[in-house]
Amino acid sequence: MKRIIHFFIIYAVWILLTWSFTLQELLAGVVISLLAELLLGDIFPYEGVKAFYPRRFFWLFCYFWVFIWAMIRANFDVAYRVLNIYLPIKPGIVKVRTKLKSDMGRTFLANSITLTPGTMSVDLVGDHLYIHWINVVSPDIQKDTEMIVAGFEKYLERIFE
Amino acid sequence: MNEFVGYVLLSVGVAFDLFGCIGLVRLPDVYNRLQAATKCATLGTAMILLSVFFFTGFGPITIKALLCIWFILITSPTAAHAISRAAHRSGIRLWEGSYIDKYAEDREGKEDKA
Repeated sequence: MKRIIHFFIIYAVWILLTWSFTLQELLAGVVISLLAELLLGDIFPYEGVKAFYPRRFFWLFCYFWVFIWAMIRANFDVAYRVLNIYLPIKPGIVKVRTKLKSDMGRTFLANSITLTPGTMSVDLVGDHLYIHWINVVSPDIQKDTEMIVAGFEKYLERIFE
Repeated sequence: MNEFVGYVLLSVGVAFDLFGCIGLVRLPDVYNRLQAATKCATLGTAMILLSVFFFTGFGPITIKALLCIWFILITSPTAAHAISRAAHRSGIRLWEGSYIDKYAEDREGKEDKA
């Protein structure tokens, strides 16, 4: 069942990408979607589907705007640091803890951290994320968790857990 | 009106891409450079692709552009993560002005296994 849903999602993406409804394009899409599903279907985590439940979808929508706003701030942050002649950076790798358990939630968290101001996720070991921070404020795990992770975690917890 | 919004998005996107490139040259080590390159290239390119929507209206090209935005949002941070992790594991140190490196401290004990 899971595999059939995947197949139709991949096929929908194929149709959107090619956007031509001749027979040969549609047949090639079937072959390629089947191949992609057979080769890579096991990797796809099931929790991804949870995001489409109505209540969770609402939180996904809220999270989307929070994420866009963080991304815009991140870009102005980079612009400020790069264009300043004194190059105001104080880089380092800090460690934070995450409460999220699902693979999908953690993936989204790590990717969000990379795209938000000054931080980039380097590795995930157990419950701890290692974050490269361009302007380290404190080496304390608790404090860093508050500053980097907490903002996204409260949304992602509601979407994927 | 639509064209105007398109041009604004296009120029802001190109400006962010430019800042990313300047960061790539000016910042000291691979991790800082990845930060600048990832953030700016992602939003900059997304804005350029979004401006297609305002130039051509809703059609097949716009759908492709929007799909490309989605793919960039997923793949670019993942690539940055993979590159930085590989760099750290192959022994590239942080810039000497760096404040702290907890990753190296924690990995020191298990260097043999890795």
